[in-house]
Amino acid sequence: MSVKVKIPTQLRSVAGGDAEVDVDGAETVGEALEHLFERHGELRERMLEDGELRRFVNVYLNGEDVRFLDGLATAVPAGAELTILPAVAGG
Amino acid sequence: MGATGLTCRECKAPYGLEARYVCDRCFGPLEVAYELDTTLDVGERRRRIQAGPQNIWRYSDFLPIEAPPGPSARTLSRTGLPAGCTPLIRADRLADRLGLREVWVKNDAANPTHSFKDRVVAVAAARAREMGYDVLACASTGNLANAVAAQAAALGMESYVLIPSDLEEQKVLATGVYGTNLIKVRGTYDDVNRLCTELSGERENWAFVNVNIRPYYAEGSKTLAYEIAEQLGWRVPDTIVCPIASGSLYTKIAKGFEEWLDLGIAEGSAPVMHGAQARGCSPVATAWDDGKDVCRPVKPDTIAKSLAIGNPADGPYALDLARRSGGSIASVDDEEIRAGIRLLAETTGVFTETAGGVTTATLAKLAEEGTIDPDESVVLVITGEGLKTLDAVRDTFASFEIDARLDSFLDEVESVGAAR
Repeated sequence: MSVKVKIPTQLRSVAGGDAEVDVDGAETVGEALEHLFERHGELRERMLEDGELRRFVNVYLNGEDVRFLDGLATAVPAGAELTILPAVAGG
Repeated sequence: MGATGLTCRECKAPYGLEARYVCDRCFGPLEVAYELDTTLDVGERRRRIQAGPQNIWRYSDFLPIEAPPGPSARTLSRTGLPAGCTPLIRADRLADRLGLREVWVKNDAANPTHSFKDRVVAVAAARAREMGYDVLACASTGNLANAVAAQAAALGMESYVLIPSDLEEQKVLATGVYGTNLIKVRGTYDDVNRLCTELSGERENWAFVNVNIRPYYAEGSKTLAYEIAEQLGWRVPDTIVCPIASGSLYTKIAKGFEEWLDLGIAEGSAPVMHGAQARGCSPVATAWDDGKDVCRPVKPDTIAKSLAIGNPADGPYALDLARRSGGSIASVDDEEIRAGIRLLAETTGVFTETAGGVTTATLAKLAEEGTIDPDESVVLVITGEGLKTLDAVRDTFASFEIDARLDSFLDEVESVGAAR
């Protein structure tokens, strides 16, 4: 099954310029990101610290912050959309 | 301009003074860095300020704009919608009620659109124009919506204002009237913020005041500290009580005082900073109680909609500030918020919105607990206007309705006692 990952402008330079990447065979948010990192290795360090999402990185599954779900262990349904965004906006 | 660049608060990576808010390396927030002219003595600095206009541009030496409409350009300083120079009121009756000696109310409802947001938007709009933007935009819980729509109208800029669809009617009406593109989003503020973060990547000619030009916008809040110090005779108060939504205002007020103490413009020492949140949206107060360094996002459910940010961008920095300043971060429930609005109104004549109810109720609580020493000088930061959140006071007091006859007054009012 395929999951669409949306890359924010700040990370596109290390994702081959892509705004969206489709990844296959991912059961969880963490696996989907792993597939993404296999293609674009530099993204891993930008997004993760000690295996967890950096505190200023937000990941949304179909619009819901994965921190409200099971974090990186959250199951991703087929056709889901993952959006990566900086967390420092607003207020 | 004294501003020299942007610096990542996390990894310290340096950037130019551009429209950028996130560190490319670690996603940390960027903050404006300054190199201030140290050859000016304190007297000269104070004179430059005192010779400035009666608005925030009197502090333009400390703001990240290139061509400050300052003392040498008095006409320019009146363009757009100038903010600031709001009253600092000695609140002896409130102090008496709370058993404190010296309490001041900084009434920032006395800004053009009735909240402190006019300060941050004035700085953001000035910087946006310098960088060549002609569209202003924002994600807002209401007060910012008013400020962006009004500032854009004053400057002749196009604007897009995105708000949660369930905002108070007063805040919606007081935004639409300025002729903005008003977009009501079905969701919480955090949903609106997510949408705007995404949108700002796709609309590179838009200046989202609290997204892509947030580092400049946030600096505007420092002017609250400058004004308080100047109004107290170049003195820093002992204690500040201030609301927390994203944590930006809270941390920037502290930064303003620290800058002036470093330069010797203000006397005293860094104030104890107490933060105030609504119980129904208190991710920072909860992290504080739990001794955590970071906040866990929450889904807001509170009457204090202007503070209803479930995922506060500056949460970690607010926690750090509370710790190093010897302060605290507390929360109050909806009933305490209503009581706070009433307490401030009854003792000072200032009618504040729900956010001010949160702040006042928190001050009352800290005074009662003895967290605030009776001998400290305290400034209560009131950020917005009561007329914007009328539902919070509906049915909270009794009144009489009588015929226009003396009998009616004597029988129906005086016999019962004065209306309270």
